[in-house]
Amino acid sequence: MTDASKLDWKAIDNDPRFQELHRRKTGFLWGLMVFSLVYYFLLPIGAAYFQDWYKIKVWGPINVGLLFALSEFVIAWAIAFFYAHRANAVFDPMAAEIVRDAEKKLGGRQ
Amino acid sequence: MNTRRMPLVAGALALAAIATPALAQGAVAPNWRWLTFVVFGAIIGLTMFVTYLAAKRVKSVADFYTAGGGVSGLQNGWAIAGDYLSAASFLGIAGLISLYGYDGFMYSVGWLVAYITVLLVIAEPCRNIGKYTLADILAYRNNPRATRIVGALSTITVSTFYLTAQMVGGGVLVKTLIGIDYEISVIVVGILMLGYVLFGGMVATTWVQIIKAILLVTASILLVMFVWLPYGFSLPAFLQAVVGDANVQAQVASLLGDTAKNMTPGELGQRFLEPGLYFKAPIDQISLGMALVFGTAGLPHILMRFFTVPTAQDARKSVLWAMAIIGGFYVLTIFLGMGAAMKVGAAQIKSIDAGGNMAGPLLAQYVGGGADSMLGNLFLAFVAAVAFATIVAVVAGLVLAAASAMAHDLYVGVIREDHVSPEVQVRAARIATIIVGAMAITIGILAKGQNVAHLVALAFAVASSANFPCVLLTLFWKRCNTGGIVAGMIVGTAASILLVLISPNMTYPLVVKAAQEKIVKTQADALVKLDGDLKAAADPAAQDKVKAAIAKAQAAKAAAEAKVTEIGSSRTSIMGLEKPLFELRNPGLVSIPLGFLAVILGSLLYRDKRAEDMWDELYVRQNTGILASKAAAH
Repeated sequence: MTDASKLDWKAIDNDPRFQELHRRKTGFLWGLMVFSLVYYFLLPIGAAYFQDWYKIKVWGPINVGLLFALSEFVIAWAIAFFYAHRANAVFDPMAAEIVRDAEKKLGGRQ
Repeated sequence: MNTRRMPLVAGALALAAIATPALAQGAVAPNWRWLTFVVFGAIIGLTMFVTYLAAKRVKSVADFYTAGGGVSGLQNGWAIAGDYLSAASFLGIAGLISLYGYDGFMYSVGWLVAYITVLLVIAEPCRNIGKYTLADILAYRNNPRATRIVGALSTITVSTFYLTAQMVGGGVLVKTLIGIDYEISVIVVGILMLGYVLFGGMVATTWVQIIKAILLVTASILLVMFVWLPYGFSLPAFLQAVVGDANVQAQVASLLGDTAKNMTPGELGQRFLEPGLYFKAPIDQISLGMALVFGTAGLPHILMRFFTVPTAQDARKSVLWAMAIIGGFYVLTIFLGMGAAMKVGAAQIKSIDAGGNMAGPLLAQYVGGGADSMLGNLFLAFVAAVAFATIVAVVAGLVLAAASAMAHDLYVGVIREDHVSPEVQVRAARIATIIVGAMAITIGILAKGQNVAHLVALAFAVASSANFPCVLLTLFWKRCNTGGIVAGMIVGTAASILLVLISPNMTYPLVVKAAQEKIVKTQADALVKLDGDLKAAADPAAQDKVKAAIAKAQAAKAAAEAKVTEIGSSRTSIMGLEKPLFELRNPGLVSIPLGFLAVILGSLLYRDKRAEDMWDELYVRQNTGILASKAAAH
């Protein structure tokens, strides 16, 4: 049985490595979040107030509106993969190091 | 009785109930109905077999609520898709596209974008600090008793709204498809769902959702192959055919009314690919979009899925898979909807269901060779069975979420203050499942004939305005505390419900009456004109044509008159209003900021030492997952 009270959470929180993880993650996450929301809400706003642009034909019957709506899917997937890539490559190893040290300390007392 | 045999008994009962009732007319012709039952039977049999296997593995309370945390990222991704693609999104969006073209497609986008919120700020932190329920996350650093009560109540509220919509929608759907009595289909859905959840817990629920998602995606891919193949899998060629199709042009002309008079057929067809045929109020649409993108992350039955995987990395992987499946499915829906608009036609789709829900099933029938062919009816039966499996799978997830709030949060956490043996916890979970299941069946039957479409909107509104602000701020805002959580839950929930009660979603007798009286008047005018036509008609053929038009106008007039009489002297909605006080159909735009404001103000005005002291622990754990993987391992 692991016990949360055995860990010094304050010390981990103050660990420069954790502060670095927090700093990098926060900026990245909220930046992506805001971007994805803005891009999403542009679609219905554009459909309501810039309808003439949506009607411009680009490729046969395919118009700007259809391409924009399809791009929402592509962008959503791209954001997801971008985030996963960053998390796997950067955040996970940073967190794993902190966890390893914490569990080492805990292990000594178990 | 051996409890492991029970799922099989429940399945047999459900099948017997399906096969015997007095049958009314449905989309499936009576002489092909046996085919539907064979397909239904096969799918029910498969899910029951899975439940039988799962029942052996459900021993502890963790097995029951979260499949022991032993679900892989890939499996969970499929299960999330199975949990999320309810009949509303699977039949409803194809229907919207078949009737309104572009706007239907635009509507589907929000359902996928919602998962960005889930991925970035909800899935991994919740996996790292959560256990079984949404309230577990809230109780982590706040007063456990108070936050468990509000968290559990809101979970039960959201799940019940969603559940009612699914039960009623499912009953109507099965009746429309194969003509089984409404009450019987509600009871069958209820019994099957109880069979899965009661005996197989989260293990069976997960597998039922996976099976359903695979069937749904397979059916859609097959249909799209058939629909798209004639155009050489070229998107412009397919859309060119849509634009040039007489059915599509006729539908656009009927939607546009007078403004369509000066448009060429080509322009009418092209209009189907342009916005504005369905959404008339942009603000309302933005409000709906907000409820979707924030509400999904606050749906208890979706949150609960993240407790079934062992680590945050698996939670991340499950959202990626879910986004691939859900997004891919919505892209396929374009072809299903547009294909149905061409091959079946809006007029026929609406003749069976005004909301367009039958577009997908009817397209399946057409693709197989039409209403009289064996293959056509086999396809229809397959799609109908998938629709049925969809309802059961979604309902199972909802019941599990509500039951866990009742048993784990309220009974074990609040009433017994965690002094409960593991055996009693499992028993409490099963008893709560029976209570919620019985409630779902009862509400489903009582709500027969009610318009429940706004209940899904309401579920998303409460999830986005109460659950989402509370979960997000307790995870990411240091100052957040018990006062904020309690205030946020109450204000978010109350604002959502109140705003919907005074919105245009409710029935306003005076408005309905005015609309129906207008129909009576136009039909009366038309009848006068038709009388003149009848006198002027020269040959018998022309006379017959006019007579048919007269009969149609008379029927429409009589139907409208009957509605006017039905309304009688009632003047106000259930809230005592003559007309809506709040003009938005979806309250998100107002209720979400209110929910956030309540959490912030409540936290600032309340002092809670525990919430402050626990912040370091919560924040470190939600970011790193320390102890989380170990906790899941035993």
